[in-house]
Amino acid sequence: MFSKEAEQKITGHSPRELAWRRFKSNKVALPALVIAVFIILAVVLAPVIYSILGIDPEARDANAIDNRGEIIGDFGGISWKHPFGVVPGIGYDTLARMLFGARVSFLIAVSATFVTVVLGLLFGILGGYFRGKVDGVIGRFTDFLLAFPQFFMILALSAPLVDRIQRSGIAHDNEARILYLIIIFSVFGWPYLSRIIRSQVISIRERDFVLSARALGASNTRILMKEVLPNVWTPIIIFVSLSLPGYLSAEAVFSYLGVGVQPPMPTLGVIIADSTHFMMNDATYFFIPSISLILLVLVFNLLGDALRDALDPKSET
Amino acid sequence: MNGLVTYITRRLGLTVLILLAVSFAVYVIFSLLPYDPAALTCGKSCNDPGIIAANRVRLGYDKPFWVQYWLFLSGLFVGRNFGTGAAAIFCPAPAFGYSFQQHACVTSLLGDALPVTIYLAVGALVLWLIVGVGLGIVSAKFKGKIWDTLSTAFVLVGTSLPTFLTGLMLIIFLVIKWDGSPFPSDGYTAPEEDFGQFLLSMVLPWITLAFAYAAIYTRFVRSQILEISTEDYIRTAKAKGLSDGVILGKHTLRAALAPIVTMAGLDFAGLLGGAILTEAVFNLPGMGRLSLTAVVDIDLPVIVATTIVAAAIVVVMNMILDIAYAFIDPRVRV
Repeated sequence: MFSKEAEQKITGHSPRELAWRRFKSNKVALPALVIAVFIILAVVLAPVIYSILGIDPEARDANAIDNRGEIIGDFGGISWKHPFGVVPGIGYDTLARMLFGARVSFLIAVSATFVTVVLGLLFGILGGYFRGKVDGVIGRFTDFLLAFPQFFMILALSAPLVDRIQRSGIAHDNEARILYLIIIFSVFGWPYLSRIIRSQVISIRERDFVLSARALGASNTRILMKEVLPNVWTPIIIFVSLSLPGYLSAEAVFSYLGVGVQPPMPTLGVIIADSTHFMMNDATYFFIPSISLILLVLVFNLLGDALRDALDPKSET
Repeated sequence: MNGLVTYITRRLGLTVLILLAVSFAVYVIFSLLPYDPAALTCGKSCNDPGIIAANRVRLGYDKPFWVQYWLFLSGLFVGRNFGTGAAAIFCPAPAFGYSFQQHACVTSLLGDALPVTIYLAVGALVLWLIVGVGLGIVSAKFKGKIWDTLSTAFVLVGTSLPTFLTGLMLIIFLVIKWDGSPFPSDGYTAPEEDFGQFLLSMVLPWITLAFAYAAIYTRFVRSQILEISTEDYIRTAKAKGLSDGVILGKHTLRAALAPIVTMAGLDFAGLLGGAILTEAVFNLPGMGRLSLTAVVDIDLPVIVATTIVAAAIVVVMNMILDIAYAFIDPRVRV
């Protein structure tokens, strides 16, 4: 008597279930998620991969290059022993170098993202919740930061600030440069998140559940922690998934320009910068790390877009 | 009309204030750095105390901070003498300082570099507007069809590809791998020297720079058009029986024009400060390379000047766009 649809039970869905459903229905979302998880696992478990494949980022294979430093064999010396070929001139295994380099690149990108989120969240919530003078000061300060030509400032401040970090004795050489990149990326990155969070918080603080919490006598701290914070995680997740690839390619850009991490320590950017010296003879050593970086950024961008569409369906076009 | 004059006056005044603030901030930041600017004047590894002391006096680094900043500002308007008597070096207004490392007034260095960057930015702007707006329209018109999918793929690749990799790949495929390629791998030929060679030397940099922007503009134009298409007046136009072409040209694109022009204006202004990566990859002697070499050599007067000029171009462009808006839209003038 009843149609099939009507017989089905009407069930409620939590926002999380709905978001997951939208995420799954996006054709590229799941593959992107799987590849992203795979990449993160590969980077985290790099030492395990070294031992499984019998490669070593610090070992030079004298048999892979001739005495002029040129690679023996075509296509960058790709073989079973060296799946991604070898580094010309020195005989390192390219895959091992890339995994090692990706660890450093990810260290920079993940730390910078973390600091950016902490700062953006803190100032965004402070400005949006307390409004008035606090908001005004934070707002003018973000305007001021955003008015600077950031790219120039990151370049121009690299030598003096790395110098200062070294003199203060916190870190030395490449550790100081990594610290500099994390700090400067975060300093110029947080205003974007803080603005998003601020507008979110402004709308949340006027909602009924916040008013009722206040009417019950809840303190500002309690309202912030229990009512406001749980409602801003959506923009944060989206921001994280898009700023991670942004910082990964920023690291590569500044390393290419010679102001980031310095060789012999590898990062994806350092490896690509190094590979440009051998571009004329054999482009394999250039293409493998470059395409890996592009795919890395692409996958995280796709994931970020899919997350945004799933968590914030209104933004979809 | 009176309102317009007041608005423009106020906007001009604000711009002057912002420029002062930016120049002051940049000046302060670089004065706080742990460098002795006088010691830097004779290169990284020079420590002849006589020369350093002489240069300190000559460049005014012996004076208190406020006097230094005042000398810098006044130099912008009346020019500035570095040193006294016969050994003095005069830089005419607008004097940004004197680079001892390059033995030239900073202004003349900027004057050499700026045209290169302008050529680069203008060519790229034209290219990315054609591609970006064109693809955006196509993609919105055929939403969900194969053309839309292809252009979405283009957007994804364009936004994920760091500029220097685009440039390097173009060099590999169109210069190194192509025997008899007409494109030089790097270097710059001035247009007044040899116009054909100038065009050939600029084609790859233009494509490189335009690629990333074209992707962003495609996405932006597409979403703008799709959003405007849902407006009531578009439905009215359809109901009147206007053709798709007329609706697109007269109603949709006209409404999308203002945000696109704003975005293009700001992006263009940002590039005039120096397209550092493109200039570095193709070895073009523009603003970007000037500031990059200045950073590497710690040539402070040049770093301060390029940073201030880059910021000033953006600030001035913002003002121009605001004033242009005031002409178009009377509501802004209030």
